[in-house]
Amino acid sequence: MKHALKPSQYAILAAVMLTASVGDTLLSHGMSQIGPVDLHHLHLLFHALGNIYIIAGIVLLIGFFSSYMTALSWADLTFVMPATAFGYVIVALLSRFWLHEHLSVYRWTGILLIVCAVGFVAGGPSRTEHEPQRELDVMDSGAGR
Amino acid sequence: MHTDHLLRTWSCIAGVAVLAIAGEVLIAAAMRKLGDLDLLRTHSGLGGYIGPIRAVLTSPLFLAGAFCMALNFFALLFTLSVVDLSLAAPATASLTYVGNAAAAKVFLRENVDRRRWLAVLFVCIGVVLLAK
Repeated sequence: MKHALKPSQYAILAAVMLTASVGDTLLSHGMSQIGPVDLHHLHLLFHALGNIYIIAGIVLLIGFFSSYMTALSWADLTFVMPATAFGYVIVALLSRFWLHEHLSVYRWTGILLIVCAVGFVAGGPSRTEHEPQRELDVMDSGAGR
Repeated sequence: MHTDHLLRTWSCIAGVAVLAIAGEVLIAAAMRKLGDLDLLRTHSGLGGYIGPIRAVLTSPLFLAGAFCMALNFFALLFTLSVVDLSLAAPATASLTYVGNAAAAKVFLRENVDRRRWLAVLFVCIGVVLLAK
């Protein structure tokens, strides 16, 4: 059975992809401003909580967790997983077009493979129906009569 | 000496992946049991989200999954202290994707068909290539 997703559900999947990758990028940028933290300077972690990039990163990661769990409430884990992997592609594209980093052929191939993976899964059903639905299907087909 | 190092490296990576798989499958099971969170909203507006949030935070499966994810975080920190990030990140991510697909098929009884296995394989290879 094919489950068509509503526009709001596509928006949740887009939020899963964007919040994780942009959140990680912001945390990384914030921590690079704070500098290295070791066991003797743990107070720097509290100092980091005042950094605007760290705060924005934490807010986005809370958003990621909320949207990820919302997606799992109406889709299979194996359907949502490639969407989270698409975050790697967004980070790579951000580094190429925003930070002007060089992307090797390996990385472009990796991006292509993950895009294909998302395409494979998005073309299929979002949710596996279990026993009660299967029984209904059997009854509908007349096999149970 | 070399074998010991190899064993330690891959034990750490496998430990991180197992905790991530346990956490994700438990959280997925909790969310499947709760059903569509939108349907749990009592009314429109921000106050309507209290119902879904309370349902999630009082789910034993979710709490067990969150505990595994917390352990996974500390296991990852430990692993990064003994294994290079360039190996640890793609290896744990790839193992987690494959393990999640197998665990979803066995424990969540998801229909992991050829299309989804192919997607898992492509994601694993893609993650390894991105880390190069």
